[in-house]
Amino acid sequence: MTKILQVKDLELSFHTFAGEVKAIRGVNFDLIKGETLAIVGESGSGKSVTTKSIMRLLPQSSAEYKNGEILFEGKDLTKVSEKTMQKIRGKDISMIFQDPMTSLNPTMTIGKQIMEPILKHQKLSKSKALEQTINLLNLVGIPNAESRYKMYPHQFSGGQRQRIVIAIALACNPKILIADEPTTALDVTIQAQILELMKEIQKKIDTSIIFITHDLGVVANVADRVAVMYGGKIVEIGTVDEIFYNPQHPYTWGLLSSMPSMDLADQKLYAIPGTPPDLLNPPKGDAFALRSEYAMKIDMERQPPFFKVSDTHYAATWLLHPQAPEVEPPAVIIERMKTFPGSRYYVEQTGGNA
Amino acid sequence: MVKYIGKRIVYMFITLFLIATVSFFLMQSLPGSPIASYSKLNETQRAIVEKKYGIDKPKPVQYAIYMKNLAKGDLGTSFAFKGKSVNDLLASRIKPSLILGAQAMVFGTLVGILLGMLAALKQNTFWDYGSTFFAILGISIPSFVFASLLQYWIASQWHLLPVGLWNDGWKSSVLPSLALAMGPLALSARFIRTEMIEVLSSDYITLAKAKGANGFEIAFKHAFRNALIPLITVLGPLAAGLVTGSLVVEQIFAIPGIGEQFVSSIMVNDHATIMGTTLLFSAFLIFIIFIVDILYGVIDPRIRLSGGKG
Repeated sequence: MTKILQVKDLELSFHTFAGEVKAIRGVNFDLIKGETLAIVGESGSGKSVTTKSIMRLLPQSSAEYKNGEILFEGKDLTKVSEKTMQKIRGKDISMIFQDPMTSLNPTMTIGKQIMEPILKHQKLSKSKALEQTINLLNLVGIPNAESRYKMYPHQFSGGQRQRIVIAIALACNPKILIADEPTTALDVTIQAQILELMKEIQKKIDTSIIFITHDLGVVANVADRVAVMYGGKIVEIGTVDEIFYNPQHPYTWGLLSSMPSMDLADQKLYAIPGTPPDLLNPPKGDAFALRSEYAMKIDMERQPPFFKVSDTHYAATWLLHPQAPEVEPPAVIIERMKTFPGSRYYVEQTGGNA
Repeated sequence: MVKYIGKRIVYMFITLFLIATVSFFLMQSLPGSPIASYSKLNETQRAIVEKKYGIDKPKPVQYAIYMKNLAKGDLGTSFAFKGKSVNDLLASRIKPSLILGAQAMVFGTLVGILLGMLAALKQNTFWDYGSTFFAILGISIPSFVFASLLQYWIASQWHLLPVGLWNDGWKSSVLPSLALAMGPLALSARFIRTEMIEVLSSDYITLAKAKGANGFEIAFKHAFRNALIPLITVLGPLAAGLVTGSLVVEQIFAIPGIGEQFVSSIMVNDHATIMGTTLLFSAFLIFIIFIVDILYGVIDPRIRLSGGKG
């Protein structure tokens, strides 16, 4: 259980013409060596910004670290110099982007693009670097790597390009791999291939992965732990089983309820009502309160702290306060909780009614 | 690729042929004739002169003769310059224009690109505003104002370089080149700035940053090449214009170039010289457009040219 990365009380704002947008409002999480942590949440919840802030890839002119620290190997990444950051990027921490169609340089051969971090960080000779490039291409499953490394991105398909992006990210065996919705732009069969590839590679090089997605199906497939983000904060964090089968936060309930399911084909798909909070003027209390049917008076007044559910499971909702009234989660969620030992709706194997 | 180039060369000749035809008949339809200014001639003398230059023949015959000569590379005889051949006239005039144009082009584009890059990389800072201001000056100040200022300060006040004429080697070319360079400089700076800003916000630049590339590598290895395409599109025709002479600048510096010659030949209805200059200009333009098309492919592999299906 070595913590490879610790994010503590991270707060980050963007300065825009309209004013200060508080995109991240106090985010805490640890990344454990070798694990895959999924960050889920809707658009604008701060998932991508959180990870981009770890790599300091946000525009320096508008983004400002307001508070907190990002600890990696004893260094606070919010404070180190740009030079130090350049040595960390691509070597210790690397990133896979969402859209493979736009994330490769169209006027540079893919071989050069993969070789760039190798030459930069590993100080290898050109021929050694080329050898490694071809190995990487083989690793990510590009056929005929020996001849294809001279080709340009437009000569590859979308799935192949994402494999190339992954090869770039893996070039220096990073300790942390951040995957920012790596499968969102791909069709479903290719998605599955890419996910398999990532899992395989994680086993091979023993890296930790932060996986951003809004696809809960993908989360169930790849993640060890899940952090649910809403309105610039993590509202619930736990192991994948805890989040899927014993969720505590009303937002997580909403997310899981709005997941299409095979056996509910004839029912109307649930959608969370309302719109995401305006982070220009973030709400005083729980950001989700206005959209939640479980909101209490205190949700409007004060932000909930993290309540411990288990050693690995925390949720930020007043519903977990000892004085809070007992509420009944949506029926779909109760169905899920029935299968989770330790949840209050747990039913023994044989089934029956709760 | 070879097939493509071959095809393009054939097209270039067809284009040139069409331009020659159109300008020939357009010019014939103008009022006045090359010898209208020879007012002292009587009927017989006029007939002799017309016969000498072949303009007594019907228009279609004249056209046929002209095209036949053109095919051999002969641009005909000038009416105004005492029977000198147009080929000789242009040949003696083209060198200064070529030198000035080429120097202005190279200097203007290079400095313009640097200014534009600087502006894009330091967006919304003093450097950006400074370079933008400079570029706007370059676009809006007419070249003759700039030329006169250069002449006044550098040549006449500080005596660093000659005021004009084409008799002092490279020194004579500096000031007119500078004056000519303002246009391409300002244009390149604006284009590169806009394009760089767009390229710098693209995903592959973020990826390059995520690989650990530093500012220099991002600007020159990753962004620059992608920002060049729109620029060469406009620079091509501009280069043709510059190389074939700028009338104003040549006049101000008293340089015996092609632009100056073009205007004087129009003044006296010197058909053969007008035709010759027009064709020369067209040939340059067509050739440069051809080069630009080849360059597209060199810069951007997505536009690699092939012979097509035909």
